[in-house]
Amino acid sequence: MKRKYKRLSFVGLGVLILSAAGSLILFAFKDNIVFFLSPTEITEKFLKNKITAQQRLRVGGLVERGSVTKGVINRFKVTDLNKSILVEFKGLLPDLFREGQGIVAEGRYDNAVFIASQVLAKHDETYMPPEVAEALKKSGKWKPTAGK
Amino acid sequence: MFNYFANPFRFLRLTSKLQPITMLVALAAIGLGLFYALVESPPDYQQSETVRIMYVHVPAAWMAMFCYVTIACSSAVALIWRHMLANIIAKSTAPIGASFTFLALATGSLWGKPMWGAWWVWDARLTSMLILFFLYLGYIVLYNAFDDQSRGARAAAILSIVGVINIPIIKFSVDWWNTLHQPASVIKINGPTVHPSMLTPLMLMAVGYMALYFWLLFIRTRAELNINKVRKMLIQQTETH
Repeated sequence: MKRKYKRLSFVGLGVLILSAAGSLILFAFKDNIVFFLSPTEITEKFLKNKITAQQRLRVGGLVERGSVTKGVINRFKVTDLNKSILVEFKGLLPDLFREGQGIVAEGRYDNAVFIASQVLAKHDETYMPPEVAEALKKSGKWKPTAGK
Repeated sequence: MFNYFANPFRFLRLTSKLQPITMLVALAAIGLGLFYALVESPPDYQQSETVRIMYVHVPAAWMAMFCYVTIACSSAVALIWRHMLANIIAKSTAPIGASFTFLALATGSLWGKPMWGAWWVWDARLTSMLILFFLYLGYIVLYNAFDDQSRGARAAAILSIVGVINIPIIKFSVDWWNTLHQPASVIKINGPTVHPSMLTPLMLMAVGYMALYFWLLFIRTRAELNINKVRKMLIQQTETH
């Protein structure tokens, strides 16, 4: 009976120490684990010289309404409703790309333009049939949460 | 309680009754679930028909985590109480869990290309899920890496308990860090953000996958117990000669 409890406390203690170690590691790598930065974070970090124009970054946010010009080089603004960044992207935009949609762009930032090499659409956690979305828009209960 | 169920004969008797039941539930729920998922349920307002991948993908990801927690818990029981059956359950769960993980990764990739514009991205959710897949493979390999089965079982059990730290990381990765993967839709505080017409096939598939897991688990554990029985008989035979 005694050996059993010894093993039990050994396993319990082991899990406890491991989770403490794990959370410390995750906390230390906090900045590396995030998939993208917001336009506010990018402009702030650029001003503080924490990021350079050579560094590969990802910016995430909503496509600002009325900012999209499509062409060989697509231009649009990505906003977090606080700051916005102009993005230039040469290539095909994903199907879900539209104004107000959440997107993530990968590329470089040089204080004025974000030159993207890839644009990904971010999908939100709401799932509903099109008729329901229409009805919600009509009744004014529509809450755009895309790209939150 | 452990001692009651740890008796292999009692386990065999109980599972011989449960095995056909879980088979019927699995076939019925997955069949009905697929009908709802592919035919009856509406397309999504943004993703249109691609949303149907979700019904295969989301429950598979749930089962991937459930199977891992099952392995870790029965490994702990095996380490502490030294019940042979707990090791067998952990061992038998591993390939099933690895398959669910692979299914979640593969279907997620198929969904990611049309929706995000990429087959794969290294965000926290996808990466931690890939780590889970490698943990499964590592567990299976380690279990079979020793000539002495009980040593392999113990090494693999320790690995599975160490790896359990990955489970909360998978679950909360979408809340702790910003990721490309969307946050939770079903298991969340303010209730699901999935329309009821889409929640029906999702839940049917989840029930079906769970029943499928238990059905396969019973088949595998019974086979393992029988293998052990045969091995013991062979040893006895060689000793008497």
